[in-house]
Amino acid sequence: MTEDQVRSGWPLYEVFLRGKRGLNHVHVGSLHAADPQMALRHARDLYTRRNEGVSIWVVAAADITASSPDEKDPFFAPSGDKVYRHPTFYDIPADVPHM
Amino acid sequence: MTEDEFAAYQSLSEETEDHRWAFGTGFADPLEGIGTSVPDGVDAAALAAYCLMLGDDALIYSHRLQQWMTRMPELEEETALANIALDLLGQARMLLSRAGQAEGRGRDEDQLAFFRDEHEFRSVRLAEHTDADFAELAGRLLVFSAWRLALFGRLASSADPVLAAIAAKAARELAYHRDYAAQWVIRLGDGTPLSHGKMQAALGVIWPLVDELFQADLVTAALPGVAADPAGLRAEFDGVLGTVLAAATLERPQATPLARVAGKAGREGVHTEPFGYLLAELQSVARAHPDATW
Repeated sequence: MTEDQVRSGWPLYEVFLRGKRGLNHVHVGSLHAADPQMALRHARDLYTRRNEGVSIWVVAAADITASSPDEKDPFFAPSGDKVYRHPTFYDIPADVPHM
Repeated sequence: MTEDEFAAYQSLSEETEDHRWAFGTGFADPLEGIGTSVPDGVDAAALAAYCLMLGDDALIYSHRLQQWMTRMPELEEETALANIALDLLGQARMLLSRAGQAEGRGRDEDQLAFFRDEHEFRSVRLAEHTDADFAELAGRLLVFSAWRLALFGRLASSADPVLAAIAAKAARELAYHRDYAAQWVIRLGDGTPLSHGKMQAALGVIWPLVDELFQADLVTAALPGVAADPAGLRAEFDGVLGTVLAAATLERPQATPLARVAGKAGREGVHTEPFGYLLAELQSVARAHPDATW
């Protein structure tokens, strides 16, 4: 790492948390850290202070490929009128969890 | 929200009255269901003195860490250190409360924290040391948490059930403190020549305070089965420090232990000069407004 890189600060990491009652890891925020191990500890200190989590993932923000807001229409609009893709014709019994 | 959706949502919040997704729940009182009477055969005055020693270590160390707030190099590190300071403050509160109960003179945690004078504090002199830089902060925290974790690991099976419960809870916190400090000592020691030099120098500053942690005292000797022999912690401490220092490419310092004054040190109420200033800052508000609540 060059002196310039040190001065410019640590890279950004995105934090995903699985809560006690959650089923999936959920994006909760981001933080700065020098490497993934430090990011994990920072995530523990920043995002699990209120007893939220049982599992943490950290991902370098630079490693995430995201869809662009400019492509919103071609990406998502075509599915807007295809009602037959939605399972709206069933009644879900009240005692079926996690739907 | 439809009824179906609500049912599904509710099923996610199991075993708790609190259905708010965003907040953690299930906080537990570590002392729940544990009687506060002093067990038969245990010297109550000695137990009070022992809890005071361990509580003072945490109270004074926590205050030193709090003084780092707004001075840390990164925001994330600041939160990490604040968490550690809060953990220690929590330990201090439980231990001072226990000391007050065992003493039986009606003093609570606040009375003990804010209305005792310097010579009545029983913390080791390591706790009151002022960290000159980040390397001293990391090195001192490694020494303190490795020692305290070894101690509390043994106290988890203490004959006093309250002390045992406090120790069991605190040991989990201390394991994280030790891990936090160790990763910084390794990072700095095995980093650049500059960071290595500063980390090695910091250990040299801290090391004279290490021997006191393992010296016998009269209170511990009066509490067989309740307290843990300080000398018996040395092997575990040396093992942990050896592992970390090797990974950090650092040398174990050869240092002359800080002298006792007329045979006394922190456990006997003899402290170093900075202690008075620390105590003034810690106590001045409470003493200016006694019995204030907020």
